[in-house]
Amino acid sequence: MELFDNHKKLFTTAFLFFAGLTILVAIIPALNNQANNAALPNAIALSEDAIKGKNIFIANGCVACHTQQVRNIEMDKVWGSRPGIAADYAANHRTDFWRNTATLMGTERTGPDLTNIGTRQPSKDWNLVHLFNPRIVVKQSIMPAFPWLFAIKKQPSKTDIIVTVPAAYLEDKDGKVVATKDAIYLIAYLQSLKQTKLPEGTVASEFLYKKEEGKVAGNTKTTALDGKALYTANCQSCHQENGEGLIGAYPPLKGSPVVTGDDLELYVGIIMNGYNPRPEYGEMAAVGTNMNFTENDVAAIINYEGSSWDNKRKKVTPEEIKKLMDLVKLKAPK
Amino acid sequence: MNTKKTIIFFYLTAVWCVATPLFTFAQEMRPSTFSFSSKVAWIMIISLLLIAMFFTVLFLKHKVKEIGAANKKQETKEGNRDLKKYTNSLNSKQIDACLKYLQRIKKGGKNKSGLVSLLPAFIFMGAFTLCNNTAFGQAGTTSTTTSLLSEKGILITIVLLLIPILAGIVLIVVKVLNSLKKYTNKNNIEEAKRLVEYLKLLPEDEMEASFKKRKYALDYTLSHRELSGNEKAEDEKGLININNDMGLPIVALKKKAMKRPNIDPKLSKLILWYLGCATFWLLFGTTVGEYLGIKFVAPDADHLSWLSFGRLRPVHTNAVFWGWASLGMLGLGYYIVPRVSNTNLASLKKGWYALYLINAAVILGSICLMAGINNGGGEYREYVWPVMLLFGIGLILTLINFVQTIAKRTTREIYIANWYIVASVIFAIVISVVAYVPIWQNGLGETIIQGYYMHQGVGMWFMLFTLGIVYYFLPQQLNKPIYSYSLGILAFWTQILFYTLIGTHHFVFSAIPWWLQTIAIVGSAGMIIPVVAGTTNFILTFKGAWYKIKDSYTLPFFLVGIIFYFTGSMQGTAEAFRSTNLLWHFTDFTVAHSHLTMYGIICFFLWAAIYAVIPRLTGKEAPQITIGAHFWMALIGLLFYTIPLMYGSTLKGLMWMQGKPFIDSVVLMAPYWLWRAIGGSLMWLSHLFFAYNMYKMLANTNTVDVKEAAIKELEETEPSIEPIV
Repeated sequence: MELFDNHKKLFTTAFLFFAGLTILVAIIPALNNQANNAALPNAIALSEDAIKGKNIFIANGCVACHTQQVRNIEMDKVWGSRPGIAADYAANHRTDFWRNTATLMGTERTGPDLTNIGTRQPSKDWNLVHLFNPRIVVKQSIMPAFPWLFAIKKQPSKTDIIVTVPAAYLEDKDGKVVATKDAIYLIAYLQSLKQTKLPEGTVASEFLYKKEEGKVAGNTKTTALDGKALYTANCQSCHQENGEGLIGAYPPLKGSPVVTGDDLELYVGIIMNGYNPRPEYGEMAAVGTNMNFTENDVAAIINYEGSSWDNKRKKVTPEEIKKLMDLVKLKAPK
Repeated sequence: MNTKKTIIFFYLTAVWCVATPLFTFAQEMRPSTFSFSSKVAWIMIISLLLIAMFFTVLFLKHKVKEIGAANKKQETKEGNRDLKKYTNSLNSKQIDACLKYLQRIKKGGKNKSGLVSLLPAFIFMGAFTLCNNTAFGQAGTTSTTTSLLSEKGILITIVLLLIPILAGIVLIVVKVLNSLKKYTNKNNIEEAKRLVEYLKLLPEDEMEASFKKRKYALDYTLSHRELSGNEKAEDEKGLININNDMGLPIVALKKKAMKRPNIDPKLSKLILWYLGCATFWLLFGTTVGEYLGIKFVAPDADHLSWLSFGRLRPVHTNAVFWGWASLGMLGLGYYIVPRVSNTNLASLKKGWYALYLINAAVILGSICLMAGINNGGGEYREYVWPVMLLFGIGLILTLINFVQTIAKRTTREIYIANWYIVASVIFAIVISVVAYVPIWQNGLGETIIQGYYMHQGVGMWFMLFTLGIVYYFLPQQLNKPIYSYSLGILAFWTQILFYTLIGTHHFVFSAIPWWLQTIAIVGSAGMIIPVVAGTTNFILTFKGAWYKIKDSYTLPFFLVGIIFYFTGSMQGTAEAFRSTNLLWHFTDFTVAHSHLTMYGIICFFLWAAIYAVIPRLTGKEAPQITIGAHFWMALIGLLFYTIPLMYGSTLKGLMWMQGKPFIDSVVLMAPYWLWRAIGGSLMWLSHLFFAYNMYKMLANTNTVDVKEAAIKELEETEPSIEPIV
């Protein structure tokens, strides 16, 4: 065939074939997406600090292990309340002339998804300790430590932000661990990562591949199982697996008067709305509200905490929790 | 037969006895938690001891039966028929002795001692036939008492008790065997005496004749000239290549490569530099990769920003992509393109510039990444565009060079290898331009282009180019034409059609348009056509030449590459479906897949071609033993790396689907990450062997080749002889 024996015709044909398909499946969809797309009306633009933090996030290749996309499937529900949409990424433009746009969607979840991390883990103290060395707060973590975002000072000034690090992680260095500007920027970025609510009247697309058996309400056996899992996923990184917390950072739940005492309303209130009356410990975020806990979830957590680590507490039912949840909702700080 | 059934039954029981504790062991074991203080280990030891005891009892019973049988035989005294059997099975030496005895009889004097001297020979024979006669008898019942015992202390005590019992049984066995042997010997001596009597009774002449005939038959040997005749051997066509210094071969000897005399030494130097640089980047890139694998197991290995995981990961991937694989492919391309065009390379200069530029890109890129300067996180697009521009210019120079070379070809047609190679260079340029032009890709545009870019980089640059290399080197190494040219053409066009579509299958269920995801999945399914066409073509090229694999050290690399080309690519198709995305997406399954393909296909093909081409350029070969070490360590390492990772990732995916806490899935992966580090270490070691082999093929060794030196001296002395015209 003449086409095959003429190098000009052969290679031009191959080039045009490939280029044509490229235009159809890559260039046109990409152009279309960047032209017909805008951020959601109530999306909050990144602060200056957060932008600097994002650059640190990019420079250290965090995207290698952390995705930022909530897929429209049931199993991704833990990472956000609705599936991600194109508008969520519309605010990302080229970082600068030299560097490409960083949507940071990622392709691998060696670590958890960060789409909503600002809501899931808002504590600055926790994040600082975790960045200094993740294994201080999460023993099983394999995330790298980032000690170069911190300085060690013998005499920190009043404006310095001091991070409480156990001596074992200081590698025989003397002095206090102080967060550098970079660490503060990075945390500003992480805290800014919150899924934007859709405008009123818009319905989020559904999560697909729903689990076949739903949660059985009131079934003590399943709630006992769920309780441990819920605790691991939502509470453990601060209060620890042994329920003893971390000295100077997070209070123990083992033998805690809140867990073992009679004031169930206070207990539910802390889980739903957070807590900060004790200066010796870090502030607790409104974990329950942020994670959209149901009365089943809260009851399971209370029953797990109330029966673990030598704690002895009467079992609670979702029904009595439901009433208290409605009550504490009114007291939630706006 | 009843005995057969019992043998099978006991065999199965034995397998069950061994397998059951092993299975329990395998199910409960995690590399990190196994220890001899666990109950499982002790139960296993007890089971093994019990099994050993059981078999000893079985053995004893069988032996006792044998003695009984021997006794019976003794009693019945079957006479001559049995003895005649012995005379028929005498060997040449024994016949000699018999003949001598007969001659002595003829001379007159009968000598009894002559016959007695035959005794040991018969005795030996008897013992031998006895031993051959083994079969399992039936035996008692098995006893495995493990389930009741749960206390470790009790288990240990049982083990301690079993040891002396076992020792006692061993002692009994030894005793029984000894007495059995004595008894057998006594029997055999008696039988030998009867044989002597029998021999004496036979008619002498008849016996002598039959012995002589038998001896002639036994002593017959070939003259070793049945086929060759008596002519002197002459290799008129230079087909035989004799290797004189053959020691004891540790590895199977394979055929030597023949030096191609007509390659421009300047081109040869260029190719060798390409391949040498590629080897350096392989070592560098995989050393980084190995370290990254270790960091999964020991995350606090170091605390330096330049060596932190997020920065090093792209250093690894980009160095092996743009440094090792790309330079390796281009080096081989510089050999293939002029060769199949039957002409010289258009411009050596452009070849050198491309080499400098690509090396510069990888050096600068690696430094930038470690310093924290990257493009924003798209995989394999981490180098910023000014760095990648150097690579792009290198590619453009290569394209011009290749096309100009093909333009002045002296063949009418363009061999299929050149289709693949030149097309892949064109496509790589297109991909880079689309992905790197620094004026667009806001929002999700970036993601759509990222999916397109990274997958086309893999499939249109690495895979297409490497297929071109295989289309040249596989037929060349097999010394037969490619099975089907048309299958090659079909694979070429369908690869372009389907592969171009599949990029976005890395973002299934994400916010990019649903229809685009569907197209990508359909394209992934379509990839079956080019992959099956290509695999069929390569495998059928092997047809009738499979025996060549044992003589060649390059063909095993090709074969592994072909196998992974099929399995790895098909795995890619399977991974693209929505249902499998649920399970495997975001897990280490993707990492395992990319190593199966980039390593199993691309690296193995490159190694095959490199081992094929360099000896033809330098005339030097690497030691076979280190090539073998490279091959096996790379292959076994790859399997150790990928299989546990795929298995663990599947469990991880299931865990996520069940909504288990994330940290549990990290804990789950720990043993599989350890396996990955072990497999990775083997792969890395194999690269050290590869580097050594490269050194052996390239370096000027100091030993003087006698023949070469003699020829050189002859050539130098030539001018002094007056030429007679």
